[in-house]
Amino acid sequence: MDMRFSPEELAFRDEVREFIANNYPQELKGGARRSRGEMSKEDILRWHRILYKKGWIVPHWPVEYGGTGWTITQRYIWNEENARAETSPLLPFGLSMVGPVIYTFGNEEQKKRFLPGILSGDDWWCQGYSEPGSGSDLASLRTKAVRDGDHYIVNGGKTWTTLAQFADWMFCLVRTDPNVKAQEGISFLLIDMKTPGITVRPIITMDGAHEVNEVFLEDVKVPAENLIGEENKGWTYAKFLLGNERSGIAGVARSKKAIERLKNIANAELIDGAPLMKTDEFSRKVAELEIDLSALEVTELRTLAAESKGRGPGPEASILKIKGTEIQQRITELAVEAVGNYAMVQAPRMEATGNEFVPGPDYSTGTAQDYFNMRKTSIYGGSNEIQHNIIAKMVLGL
Amino acid sequence: MQSLLADKYDFDTRRKVTKTAEGWRPEIWAQFAELGLLAAPFSEELGGLGGGPIENMIVMEEFGRHLVVEPYVETVVIAGGFLREGGTAAQQEALIPGIVGGETVWAFAYAEPQGRYNLADLTTTAKKDGSGYTINGYKAVVLGAPWAQKLIVTVRTSGGQRDRDGVSVFIVDKSAAGVSTRDYPTVDGRRASEITFENVKVGADALIGAEGKGLPLVEKITDEAIAALSAEAIGCMKELNTATVEYCKTRKQFGVPIGKFQVLQHRMVDMFMAHEQSVSMTYMVNLKLGESDVERTKAAAGAKVQIGKAGRFVGQQAVQLHGGMGMTDELNVGHYFKRLTMIDTQFGNVDHQLKRYSEAA
Repeated sequence: MDMRFSPEELAFRDEVREFIANNYPQELKGGARRSRGEMSKEDILRWHRILYKKGWIVPHWPVEYGGTGWTITQRYIWNEENARAETSPLLPFGLSMVGPVIYTFGNEEQKKRFLPGILSGDDWWCQGYSEPGSGSDLASLRTKAVRDGDHYIVNGGKTWTTLAQFADWMFCLVRTDPNVKAQEGISFLLIDMKTPGITVRPIITMDGAHEVNEVFLEDVKVPAENLIGEENKGWTYAKFLLGNERSGIAGVARSKKAIERLKNIANAELIDGAPLMKTDEFSRKVAELEIDLSALEVTELRTLAAESKGRGPGPEASILKIKGTEIQQRITELAVEAVGNYAMVQAPRMEATGNEFVPGPDYSTGTAQDYFNMRKTSIYGGSNEIQHNIIAKMVLGL
Repeated sequence: MQSLLADKYDFDTRRKVTKTAEGWRPEIWAQFAELGLLAAPFSEELGGLGGGPIENMIVMEEFGRHLVVEPYVETVVIAGGFLREGGTAAQQEALIPGIVGGETVWAFAYAEPQGRYNLADLTTTAKKDGSGYTINGYKAVVLGAPWAQKLIVTVRTSGGQRDRDGVSVFIVDKSAAGVSTRDYPTVDGRRASEITFENVKVGADALIGAEGKGLPLVEKITDEAIAALSAEAIGCMKELNTATVEYCKTRKQFGVPIGKFQVLQHRMVDMFMAHEQSVSMTYMVNLKLGESDVERTKAAAGAKVQIGKAGRFVGQQAVQLHGGMGMTDELNVGHYFKRLTMIDTQFGNVDHQLKRYSEAA
């Protein structure tokens, strides 16, 4: 694999870099470092809308549905440049999750109806997968949909639903046949969040943010035309989506930037008058992290190369999820170590008025909360234990 | 104590209290005083119950289990320790009754932004001024200071910024002219202040111990605080392990309790061992507080390393095994994890204490 860029690729990189520099909203600078739980809906969407206008909102989609037709290297450059500029990450629910499901398994009508809103950002999507009783064992889900003429009547509840408080639509796994093997009775439904019978209740996480919710569904009437693909085949589409989610979760470019920031903190923090970064014990920990990340970067490129030859993200994608999240967590853990006493400060989050006193250097603000928040990454998207099971079973054949 | 905590310090009450403007309950503090908890480690001549580190340890483990935010470590262990070990008879007689009776709350202003965990790295100064001293400087993340009336302040009276010689310890009224504080919450639900000292005048009787010779005393008392925090940490870990085992026995996925999965069983065994090893180090440090400086330093640094590593492991895994529930503010698991994270930071994290241990050995 050749990691050096060609002159054309370098020109592309300059173009992308310049576009971001000229178009990324100044007021959102540092957006990558802010918890989504503390941003307004419009702030979260602003970069999305700018990229949509430019035609760069879904580089990973086929051209016929709005993709850019970029090579894997160009997509890599694009991710790198966004990480470098610390742009706010785009929400994956429409762009990386339900969008590909709709253009892969949806009918023409559904593509016409839903893809434009996903691309423009006019429709905000949330993910109705987990339930209180169905986490790692997702296929045991119980939210049921009963066909009633040209509608489904949905009853049940979803949980850990990220940013459902802003959502217009939810893609939802529902049980349509309780009498067969768990995986064989699940369907994939698109539900308008304005439908009567839907209640969204906030869940506050330990870092003080409102990012996730419970969603209650009581006699929710969903038109049958909102069913994706075939009834009771939803598990296939769900797994396709989770495969995409796993590969997107590696976050290599963002982690690179985060390590750079960690080094800046460790260079600013003094230990007996000298930078912390100059101490053996800390610099070695950072070196270890960088080496882990380089390995993951190449592993991801190898996966992408296989994907471009037509092999979809296979069970190997679980490596990206496990290693990627371990690295993300480790970075925040070391940031807490680096910051020292000021890591103890609680940065104002959802209750913020803007007038709070927050002591310590800017880089210390919210360090511990980020560390607490990142513990979610080894839980969501299929816990890291489940990813180990996938590799054991699907790759090693155990 | 256990029945008071069981009655008045359930998790939901604690959670509500930490979200109020005050962030603590003076009435609980008064009840601690009534129970004699605040008197436990002082000699009977000083109005105490004649206990010592072991009594502190028992109290702190229970406080850890209930995530008590009230400033026992700052007031009883630290301020009480300075007065007991370094105070004159006059200082002891004047100030210990206020601690024992629950009337005076103290905070320990030692850390400075540039100093990290080095107790001698001080830019706050006290200069001789007539018969007393004038203090100038800045202290960072002074835990419990918003609740305190009195402060123990470490300053430099002579020497270079990080010299071992030239460190002095003063008692300062928080209401004294020239003391200004800015308060804020900490991630474990407590409160802290940034404190500026601007030409603060104190009398000669505010000095604890000999001028310029305060560092050994500061080290001894922070080691006592470390011993107390270790006990608090084992209380937190015990609760996390109990909750995690219980959850894994009842939470069903794939048709069985998740505790049936061997990978999770082994994880919980590792959590169990991490707690046991921490208990051992906590006993050890509390028994060795009276030994030579070298022995005490090794015991305290060693205990802090053990609870730092174990606290991180147990905290992270308790959250992981509880899944999404472990991430919520509603469940106590995340709160223990946050407290354990802060305990690692207080008085120096694992790296700092490893260095201290290896330099003492």
